[in-house]
Amino acid sequence: MGILDFLRNKPAPSANIARERLRIIVAQERSTRGGPDYLPLLRSELLEVIRKYVHVEPDAVNVSLESDSGHDVLELSVALPESERGHG
Amino acid sequence: MTEIIVVTSGKGGVGKTTTSASLATGLAQRGKKVAVIDFDVGLRNLDLIMGCERRVVYDFINVIQGEASLKQALIRDKRLDNLYVLAASQTRDKDALNQEGVEKVLDDLEQNDFDYVVCDSPAGIEKGAHLAMYFADHAVVVVNPEVSSVRDSDRILGLLASKTRRAENGNGEVRQHLLLSRYHPVRVAAGEMLSVTDVEEILGLSVVGVIPESEQVLAASNAGVPVILDEASAAGQAYLDTVARILGEERPLRFLDAPRKGILKRMFGG
Repeated sequence: MGILDFLRNKPAPSANIARERLRIIVAQERSTRGGPDYLPLLRSELLEVIRKYVHVEPDAVNVSLESDSGHDVLELSVALPESERGHG
Repeated sequence: MTEIIVVTSGKGGVGKTTTSASLATGLAQRGKKVAVIDFDVGLRNLDLIMGCERRVVYDFINVIQGEASLKQALIRDKRLDNLYVLAASQTRDKDALNQEGVEKVLDDLEQNDFDYVVCDSPAGIEKGAHLAMYFADHAVVVVNPEVSSVRDSDRILGLLASKTRRAENGNGEVRQHLLLSRYHPVRVAAGEMLSVTDVEEILGLSVVGVIPESEQVLAASNAGVPVILDEASAAGQAYLDTVARILGEERPLRFLDAPRKGILKRMFGG
């Protein structure tokens, strides 16, 4: 860090933010790749239904399709927020 | 056997045409008979980068439509005897491309003993991009260390694994090579830009080359000379290394470290 650096308008290090965002979005897009076209729509409709009962973040619903020796498994997971736990 | 290499990326402006021109020229320098084809119908640019824009008489679409022979449309490079350019049409739209026509041109190139055909893909994932990758044996996926480019290239990697002749026929995979371009070691060192390792980890693929951001790339395109021929430039040398790696040679990656600063520059910035 140079003495004069604080006088300049240098961008803050942001590569680590880019890395984390890409890790998440790439993993998410890969999980639905090759699957049926309805997966993204299914995911967003499920999210709407769940939100009628519990307030969850948009990325709380994860839908993935796994092929396992001859049959496909549609896996659905919902991450509930801290405060909703134990309320059923 | 003709090997077909597609240069693709998804995102525009990352350096596909620069890369196509340099790879084709580099392979020709190694004595291979090479054709480089512009698939960007309606937005012809490879001819400019190769410096043959005033010698285009017939184009790729003319050949597909039977209005000219392949021999008439291939433009021989003025610097290398065994390098040919097939320009895109500037007046038609991308619907003039069709799978049978592209296959016929590629078969004709094989009949004419070409060792390599480099297909310069348009941006996007529509017809032109699809046909550029469909017949490929190798894919060079050009990626910049930047979020939208990395995401788009992952999408392209998915398409290469499913929407190509090799994938459809179960005839082995298209060999995927990741080429990281517009790399800025100083910004990477400052934590402002994704590093080679970051991009490799996110995409799960190692790089075949890293092309540093270089003023010589613009100078080369201004002059219509593929930057690989500027052997004094870092970008030119990085492309030479990349060609060697594609041909199976081992070359360590270069131009990854920020130049060391002197004491004055370190104190006062630079």
